[in-house]
Amino acid sequence: MGKENEAKKQMKNFNILIAGTGGQGLITLLQIVSEAAMIEGYDIKTAELHGLSQRGGSINTHIRLGKKVYSPLISSGAADLVISLENLEALRAAPFVSPKTKFLINCYSLPFVGTISEKEIDKKMNKLIKGKKYIISASEICKKELGKEVLSGVYLVSYASFKKILPIKPNSISKAIKKVIPKKYLDMNLKAFKLAQRDSK
Amino acid sequence: MKKILLGNEAIVQGALEAGVEFVSAYPGTPSSEIGNIFGDIAKKHGVYFEFSPNEKTALEASIGASYSGLKCLVSMKHFGVNVASDALLPFAYTGTKGPTVVVVADDPSCWSSGQTEQNSRYFAHMGHIPVLEPSDAQEAKDYVKLGFQISEKFKVPVIVRITTRVAHQRMPVSIGAVKKANPKAKFVKDVKKFVTMPPRVLEMKDELLKKIEDIKRFYEDSSASIEKGKGSIGIITSGISYLYIKEVLNKLNISIPVLKLGFFYPLPEKKIKSFIKPLKKVLIVEELEGVLEKEVNVLAKEVNPKLKVQGKDLLPVSREFNVDIVGLAIGKFANKNYKLAKTTSIDLPKRFPRLCPECPYWFVFSAVKEIAPKGTIFGGGIGCYMLAGFPPHEIQDYLLCMGSSVGVAHGIKKAVGDKQKLITFMGDSSFFHAGIPAIINTVFNKSNPLIIIMDNRITAMTGHQPNPGMGKTGMWEDTTDLKIENIVKACGVKNVKVIDPQNINELKATIKDFINKKEVSVIVAKRICALWARRMKRRNK
Repeated sequence: MGKENEAKKQMKNFNILIAGTGGQGLITLLQIVSEAAMIEGYDIKTAELHGLSQRGGSINTHIRLGKKVYSPLISSGAADLVISLENLEALRAAPFVSPKTKFLINCYSLPFVGTISEKEIDKKMNKLIKGKKYIISASEICKKELGKEVLSGVYLVSYASFKKILPIKPNSISKAIKKVIPKKYLDMNLKAFKLAQRDSK
Repeated sequence: MKKILLGNEAIVQGALEAGVEFVSAYPGTPSSEIGNIFGDIAKKHGVYFEFSPNEKTALEASIGASYSGLKCLVSMKHFGVNVASDALLPFAYTGTKGPTVVVVADDPSCWSSGQTEQNSRYFAHMGHIPVLEPSDAQEAKDYVKLGFQISEKFKVPVIVRITTRVAHQRMPVSIGAVKKANPKAKFVKDVKKFVTMPPRVLEMKDELLKKIEDIKRFYEDSSASIEKGKGSIGIITSGISYLYIKEVLNKLNISIPVLKLGFFYPLPEKKIKSFIKPLKKVLIVEELEGVLEKEVNVLAKEVNPKLKVQGKDLLPVSREFNVDIVGLAIGKFANKNYKLAKTTSIDLPKRFPRLCPECPYWFVFSAVKEIAPKGTIFGGGIGCYMLAGFPPHEIQDYLLCMGSSVGVAHGIKKAVGDKQKLITFMGDSSFFHAGIPAIINTVFNKSNPLIIIMDNRITAMTGHQPNPGMGKTGMWEDTTDLKIENIVKACGVKNVKVIDPQNINELKATIKDFINKKEVSVIVAKRICALWARRMKRRNK
């Protein structure tokens, strides 16, 4: 464990961008990932937005972890992992994406006036995403099995951890969930975590 | 022990560790969480907290408490300082009795600010008020404590100026012991100290200027950090930009001496002079207007007239920085190739922020849109109702600042008379903040806009803070529920109606009636914010 931690601290920073829209619980996810990263001994910096930018508009939150992190914002093309809670919003990560960036996308659409067709979104995804891409119907799964779409975020973060596309152990994620989520909602969030474990196999 | 804290949480922690006793605020992104947290925890720590009707009354509350000997913290967003400045500037003259820190949160790139991209650092020069500038959450905590020390030692209010990326940044922060508040207030009369009447006011100014000189000397020995490096070129910076510089220097794998200033005002001039003396050129990295750059130019004339001072020739005056913006500037400055990553550009339609489902404003906007005669002018203000400007509503023809939706409406109506109709919106919190004098003006000077007060029973946009219209204080204690319609009537408005906007037919009929009135008229569209209603339900369960 100690050795592994040392190795982790030597690696270059790992940059996670979580995309979605206001009200999808992005800040809670950012808290879970940061707390989990701290459990594993990483330095962390994050960036988020509140207020006007939160009202149902597009949101990016940035999480950076590593031995020593300075900037809270990810540089252009430097995202290692994009987790998107909505189809089209994944595309807005474009300025931070390189051919190596991995994507974990919730197959879920929140349409708006002036949006583009699913076909068009697919085309743009193929243009943008050259790295590994996981498209999961997290909202649908969470709705069906737990009755709540909003758990899709916790499901996806857990999934990323089980699939090892996020360099944080599932054990740390579940500890962080227990720390961040209020008692009242903890049970269903841990169920989402378990579902992600089942589906990642 | 370390804990991951949001910048604003770190500010609260710093204030608690310093033993703060009295806290007042008006909410505004990116500063709002400071007040929210105190609202929840103040009682537990024996601290007094209030949300005041506006930033001026918030500051004045803390001034009164400071005069009575308490340790005070005030927080506001950048525009709040404009409102509070009327009290802030003379407060610097009288000085503090209990130490006082004012947290001011700027918002470069206007992520959550609909007015201007204000650089509040200018207030330092105008008011001779010391300003500290943290770059991360840890420093935000440390500088609040340092601010209290400086205020205690020199008896002046101190501003801790943060920006969005500091306020809404998280990182592991060292947690210290919380000092138990021990409020023992007594106002001891001291006319010489607290009354800014001439000719005494000019003596006060002289005393303030002397304090600033003393603080300058204190700063010289304090913690503004110089980083060692090789070369004949250097960088001076403060605030968030420092983090971007560190990333860039690592990325370029070069070492350039960096002077990172924790203090923006007064500047530790000796420290800067000794830093620039051996250099051939220096780059000043600061967001927004190049204030520091001008200061360094002046200092260079004394110690190193040949020094090339660069800054705003390589960096933008508007919009926040990031690693790449700073990287390109440092690359040019240091003659290094800063490579921008190749990225794919994807063209996408904009997803505008919008009203929540079930928001009562949907009813108001749709009724107004349907009933307003063609050519009607629509006035906008600060709050959730500024979404009137976005699709599908698009009924917002001007927007300036708190309360001005009515203040400007009056001027337009006086100018255009009855040739054009005007409907203007104002939120409940804006009404209490700066709306009342503007409404009085429409009566006093006889204009006739139709004012719709969007009373959703809470200050919603900034995250649901209590305001004087809802019967709860900032610490969630019961208080008088001020009725907007009674105040409006007391201002002399004759046409006043309170309507639940869900009664859409009544709303439409009233708009139709009121818009043709010869005098000003007010509809109070009263229905609780849908999000807040849901939260209250959950709370009561």
